[in-house]
Amino acid sequence: MKLVTAIIKPHQLDEVKEALEAFGIQGMTVSEAQGYGRQRGHSEVYRGAEYTVDFVPKTRLEVLVDDMDASSVVDVVLKAAQTGRIGDGKVWVTAVEDVARVRTGERGVEAI
Amino acid sequence: MAEAAETLDYASTGFVIICASLVLLMTTPGLALFYGGLTRAKSVLNMMMMSFGAMGVVGVVYILWGYSMSFGTENLGVIANPFQKFGLAHMEPIYNSFGYEGYGNIPELAFVAFQLTFAVITVALISGAVADRVKFSTWLVFAPIWVTFAYFPIAHMVWGGGILGAAGNSISGVLFGATDGAADVAPIDFAGGTVVHINAGMAGLVLALVVGTRVGFGKIPMRPHNVPLVMIGAGLLWFGWFGFNAGSELAPDGTAALVWVNTTAATCAAMIGWLLVEKLRDGHATSVGAASGVVAGLVAITPACGALSPVGSIILGVVAGGLSALAVGLKYRFGFDDSLDVVGVHLVAGLWGTIGAGLLATSTGLFYGGGIRQTIVQVIVALATVVISGVVTLVIALALKATMGWRVSEDVEVSGIDQDEHAESAYELATRGGRIGGASVPAPARTNVSDQSHDLEGAK
Repeated sequence: MKLVTAIIKPHQLDEVKEALEAFGIQGMTVSEAQGYGRQRGHSEVYRGAEYTVDFVPKTRLEVLVDDMDASSVVDVVLKAAQTGRIGDGKVWVTAVEDVARVRTGERGVEAI
Repeated sequence: MAEAAETLDYASTGFVIICASLVLLMTTPGLALFYGGLTRAKSVLNMMMMSFGAMGVVGVVYILWGYSMSFGTENLGVIANPFQKFGLAHMEPIYNSFGYEGYGNIPELAFVAFQLTFAVITVALISGAVADRVKFSTWLVFAPIWVTFAYFPIAHMVWGGGILGAAGNSISGVLFGATDGAADVAPIDFAGGTVVHINAGMAGLVLALVVGTRVGFGKIPMRPHNVPLVMIGAGLLWFGWFGFNAGSELAPDGTAALVWVNTTAATCAAMIGWLLVEKLRDGHATSVGAASGVVAGLVAITPACGALSPVGSIILGVVAGGLSALAVGLKYRFGFDDSLDVVGVHLVAGLWGTIGAGLLATSTGLFYGGGIRQTIVQVIVALATVVISGVVTLVIALALKATMGWRVSEDVEVSGIDQDEHAESAYELATRGGRIGGASVPAPARTNVSDQSHDLEGAK
């Protein structure tokens, strides 16, 4: 099993979610995240004082998938999240040792 | 007090009472929202409470001895006798302070109501200079002491027949002569450029210096946490300010109408002036800039609003907005933490408005062929206010520093003053679990409920 984690632009979330649903993904975890890559932050001005905001708001999306699906899911996310502009984000895949469904106690792939 | 007919003028009475209510709207919620939005989320309640607290304390003090000290008829020099009308004794049923012919008869209590609101907002204005870091108890002790020794005397000197006013024995009368007990070149302060704004601005500067900078000032960002609140607050301030300025005529007449128009003209122009400076200097015209420009324009026109033409008001306003926009950067250069720019906005625009009135007054102003005398008088009353306010505030601030202490601990300031000083937080942004208890809630019975409460505990 694999965990696919995607950091994407917040306003791309709906598009990515729909693309993943179309692919057959049944669940996902979404959280607000902040960070920066090569894009760095932006600056704001209040009464002449300039504040540099280092971290840019992003959305973190996590999906647990079967080993076979991992690469395809990454492709789906890439295609849906890409705007071509700076700050589009990153996607990575991590190995997962075990998964359990709380309601039924199912383990492993059954629990995905 | 002039001889007047024995009947009340109901139009003027209603006008003054409504204007008094408008000025109260400036403090709560106008100024409270304006300042509250400009602070960080962790200290917004404390910021708003400083305005509410000023309202509570000063409202009581004004009724007890404030009015008598400011406008009593027993002149003791820098103040009037505080005990003459203590607790609003001996109120005149009919009062006509400007001696209008045939109108303007109001109950003295209506005049008290109007003047009370001025004392309240002047104290509340000061709080912006010491945002985020001052003990609420010290603030509540400072407020009555400061109004007693700084505000009431200056109000008396400027408006109550004292040395900064229009009487024959005032500084101006002595300097440029007097006729029939009235100075030939009377100082112009229609609605409180000196008494309210220079006074509060100077007090703010002194307090900021005595109290010291916030932890991390100039290093970590201290951004306004809610700009829409700032905009709402500025809008309410503007609306209430019509009561402040036009109401100072104490009658709904031609001058009141001129004042209304001048107040609008200067404020609109000041907003544009501030935004222009921002656009040229920072590359952006900002919302906080628009709100601040509005306040700067209102401050500047306050002393001058009865003496200028509408076009003169536009000139006064645009300069006020530009000047204040430049002045708010001074605190970083000089290293004093006037957190919400009481100095940059109120002191600078108040000085400019008071002195600008000497230049732009249609009757006696320098630019209207009135000679230099009016401007000299304006500079004298402005500087006198700076000195008196500065010295008195310094003494009070140092005394409180040595006794009660001004500042909350560094830990409290960093974690947020609201939580420690008021045991509240402004926004519940995340569920933090916990249990309920306290004086008005009976202790929960030790039953199986506690088993369920584990679900709430430690959820983070």
